[in-house]
Amino acid sequence: MSTYLLCLVLFCVGLYGLLRKRNLVKMIVGLAIMGYSLNLFFVLLGYRLHGRAPIDAPDQVIENMVDPLPQAVVLTSIVIGLGIMALLISLAIRIYEKHGTLDITKINKLKG
Amino acid sequence: MTLLVKTASRLVVVLGLIFGIHIILHGHLAPGGGFAGGVIIALSFVLLILAFGKDAALSKLSLKLASNLENVGALLFLIIGLLGFWGGAFFLNILVKGSPFRLFSAGTIPLNNIVIGLKVGVGLFVIFLTLVILEKSKKEE
Amino acid sequence: MIFAAILAIEVKDLLSSVIAMGAVGFALCLAFLILKAPDLAITQLVVELLCLIILIKATIKKDLPLVIEGRWLFNTVSTLLFAIVFLFFSYIILKELPAFGDPIMGLVKKYLLEEGVSKTGAVNIVSAVILDFRAYDTLGEVAVLFTSIIGIMAILRRRGRKEILEEDTNGK
Repeated sequence: MSTYLLCLVLFCVGLYGLLRKRNLVKMIVGLAIMGYSLNLFFVLLGYRLHGRAPIDAPDQVIENMVDPLPQAVVLTSIVIGLGIMALLISLAIRIYEKHGTLDITKINKLKG
Repeated sequence: MTLLVKTASRLVVVLGLIFGIHIILHGHLAPGGGFAGGVIIALSFVLLILAFGKDAALSKLSLKLASNLENVGALLFLIIGLLGFWGGAFFLNILVKGSPFRLFSAGTIPLNNIVIGLKVGVGLFVIFLTLVILEKSKKEE
Repeated sequence: MIFAAILAIEVKDLLSSVIAMGAVGFALCLAFLILKAPDLAITQLVVELLCLIILIKATIKKDLPLVIEGRWLFNTVSTLLFAIVFLFFSYIILKELPAFGDPIMGLVKKYLLEEGVSKTGAVNIVSAVILDFRAYDTLGEVAVLFTSIIGIMAILRRRGRKEILEEDTNGK
């Protein structure tokens, strides 16, 4: 129970970084931390105490393996997170070239 | 880059490629699979760019060829899925399933692993190459 | 992990905050190993490395903006208030979940573990799930990666469309 709460505290730290900072790179770091905390929460849901990894072997019983379904979902989610971060960073590079600064309060000229 | 980095990275690039291919091929017997192996292959190419400059990597794998390889990878994945219609449903596993614990077992799963590893690896290499080319052209202005 | 995350957000230097984010990622990889998920640990490690390389290459020469605080008190108080309300409601809901380490053994999980090896012939059950029982989701993920690569190649072009048009009209 307390492990679940600690995971959500990490999510709140990332959310604070996204809302309160002025630098674009700090906001991207906050988003990444939020993504990591949610992946961890998913894997925590399917854990069994004193379990085994979900890989068979010629002399093992199947009785106490951990749940393989959340692990399959989180594997996809990690790679998609990498794609999102790469796109955001390329956008930040373009904004820096056009406006010369990374401060979001100074970027308010909406011309093409 | 200094001489130390260049000599060491010549060995590490080859080791990285072999390691990545091993993880992709044994995806159904040991932890790993297509995604992790593909990213390892991309990392070894990125090390080649960082140590020798972008011309050394461009002579082995130009931007057009990498783009085309990635498109071919995505199309192949779709074709392997459509082959399942032979058996009656989308993505059905129709090839012969040997006995477990051997390298050539489990139907279409090793083929899927190879195609996904190709696509992910080449795609991430293209992203990094685009970043480096943009910086080079900005410096010349 | 929480300590490294707070450090990553508060530090004034950009390079230090990126390195602290790398520390969070590595600690997450260790956590996956303790929770008996070796596939995820390998993938998280190499993805974290690539993300760090791209971030450092993009932020190595950028300037640090001045910190001019306006409306500081209202923003901080409202964010903290939201965080407290969120944690309070999540505490009420988390009491309904089964205890940590004792999951509900549903029908789907029993079917996957018992019939997995004989139906697909693969020994690694996580690979069998993402490439045979749920291959449609993997197709969706391949599509998302493909779209993001096309988007990056379109954003980071050397010459925009206006310049190509001007060259054509000047050439003629």
